[in-house]
Amino acid sequence: MTSRELAIETAGLTKRFGTTRAVDGVDLTVSQGLVYGVLGPNGAGKTTTIRMLTTLLRPDGGWARVFGHDVVREADAVRARVSLTGQYASVDEDLTGQENLILLGRLLGSSGSQARARAAELLEAFGLAEAAGRRVKTYSGGMRRRLDIAASIVVTPDLIFLDEPTTGLDPRSRSQVWEIVRALVAGGTTVLLTTQYLEEADQLADRVAVIDHGRVIAEGTPSELKASVGTGALHLRLLDPEQRPQAEQILERALGVALYREPDPAALSARVSDAERAAHALAALAQAGIAVTDFSLGRPSLDEVFLALTGHRAEEPLEDAA
Amino acid sequence: MTSTPILTPARPIVDDTLRAALSPRVRPPRANALTASLTFFWRAMLKIKHVPEQLIDVTIFPVMFTLMFTYLFGGALAGSTDAYLQYLLPGVLVQTVVLITMYTGLGLNIDIEKGFFDRIRTLPIWRPAAIVGMLLGDAARYTMASTIVIVLGLVLGFRPAGGVIGVLLGVALLLVFSFSLSWAWTSLGLVVRTQNAVMMTSMLFLFPLTFASNIFVDPATMPGWLQAFVNANPISHLATAVRGLMAGTAQPEIALVLIASAVLVAVFGPLTMRLYGRER
Ligand SMILES: Nc1ncnc2c1ncn2[C@@H]1O[C@H](COP(=O)(O)OP(=O)(O)OP(=O)(O)O)[C@@H](O)[C@H]1O
Ligand SMILES: [Mg+2]
Repeated sequence: MTSRELAIETAGLTKRFGTTRAVDGVDLTVSQGLVYGVLGPNGAGKTTTIRMLTTLLRPDGGWARVFGHDVVREADAVRARVSLTGQYASVDEDLTGQENLILLGRLLGSSGSQARARAAELLEAFGLAEAAGRRVKTYSGGMRRRLDIAASIVVTPDLIFLDEPTTGLDPRSRSQVWEIVRALVAGGTTVLLTTQYLEEADQLADRVAVIDHGRVIAEGTPSELKASVGTGALHLRLLDPEQRPQAEQILERALGVALYREPDPAALSARVSDAERAAHALAALAQAGIAVTDFSLGRPSLDEVFLALTGHRAEEPLEDAA
Repeated sequence: MTSTPILTPARPIVDDTLRAALSPRVRPPRANALTASLTFFWRAMLKIKHVPEQLIDVTIFPVMFTLMFTYLFGGALAGSTDAYLQYLLPGVLVQTVVLITMYTGLGLNIDIEKGFFDRIRTLPIWRPAAIVGMLLGDAARYTMASTIVIVLGLVLGFRPAGGVIGVLLGVALLLVFSFSLSWAWTSLGLVVRTQNAVMMTSMLFLFPLTFASNIFVDPATMPGWLQAFVNANPISHLATAVRGLMAGTAQPEIALVLIASAVLVAVFGPLTMRLYGRER
């Protein structure tokens, strides 16, 4: 074993549920001391992968090692070095935040007073000191998430898994979680986080694996990934759909790239590399008397990454229909 | 399309505190099996403290059963409620405690559904600790229910010949059996998907077992086929043994109850742990 062993190494990792191939031959290599992002749409196999790496699920095929320990044969050794913050809160809602943290401290071998001191320290650091004595049932989504992460670092792990740590959080809570992730990695913990947002992977991760249908379809640094999709996109909507061909010509000239005709007959979009050029293009439209009702300039979304990488859009989540 | 959100830099989290809290520290020695189990027992006690409503099954039900059966059937079955109480009370005690064992499976099922057990299962601890601690917590609930039934019985005129020792031995035997039976419900709680199904399945077993027993009436008056069932029913043996101990006479059924308890643990203990370790 090398002096700097890998945090995670998997080869051909596979998990089937009935006929669903949830994870279908995943190869991952994660070095220590960095934030590794796993990016993928609903049902891509992110959670299933994490559950195998944290010994909760047994792989059907391939193997996975965490700090050199096989997740099946040396499950206990793996458990001793990692912790998991699942996609859904896994603290006891009937207990207070403080009691939850003391409970985990005791289970991890701390004495009563050590566990109490550690709980107080974490509650303070995570901005939960005031809510410490309240039952978790009464916490907001953001507070619950923070407590959930705190519960995973009662003993600072060498590797922490965060499964969609910011899904459903407002921007403020999200940036708090980001702050925690940065502090974790600064303290020497390796972080593997899953996300559906390219933005998040971009902000936090040193390296990213994009997975879809249980397979890794791209891997690299966020800049490498973005380079493969272009840096951003201009979307706009015209007042009068009749003017679309004319607008298309003007924009093509101003931006120097081909335009996409959206399914909406009044909408157009284009990949652009800089904001200034986009502004000029909009000004040119105004001069030609073409009215625009809506426009936005943004970074490529996960959907656009997918489109670029796979040629198909990430499928819409079915749950949203409910 | 994600337009770049303009994030107001929210900093209620103090950077230095956060960094200090996250800097690596020494991992304490592994918790031993006893500490881990007792920690889960502590959790069970905290739940009682925070959600006292859940004690309804160990407080109100026992009172209701004792009063209802004593006055409803007492006169008709034993000539007088007072005479009947001497026969009934140990039985009602058995019924009450045996019926509330089913909440064990329910609690476990809720923990799994809420994801709490995922966290526990990734901890490097003695695996049965979570279940053992939970069952110890339940034993505390059984003790509470027993106390309530006995105190109420004494108020109503229950006068056990076995005295304090006899009563304590009776309760102890009942607790041993209930603790053992709880392992059957933990297995169930780990298999069945919904809380409702856990309740229905355990009732399906518990109602016939507790009612078709000698808890309320002497089986001598029953038709032959039912008598056969009642006499083979382990709950009848348990009731007879507890009744005997409280009356100051040790019955051979005590041995049967202990054997039944040992069998329950031997079968459902390993089964529970197997199911617990199983992936889901
Ligand atoms: N226990 C299970 N039984 C059956 N199918 C499952 C199970 N767990 C996951 N699956 C299926 O496996 C696939 C991958 O699921 P997984 O939860 O790993 O995806 P995910 O990337 O975490 O998605 P999300 O973003 O929605 O959390 C999905 O098709 C899912 O329906
Ligand atoms: Mg998931």
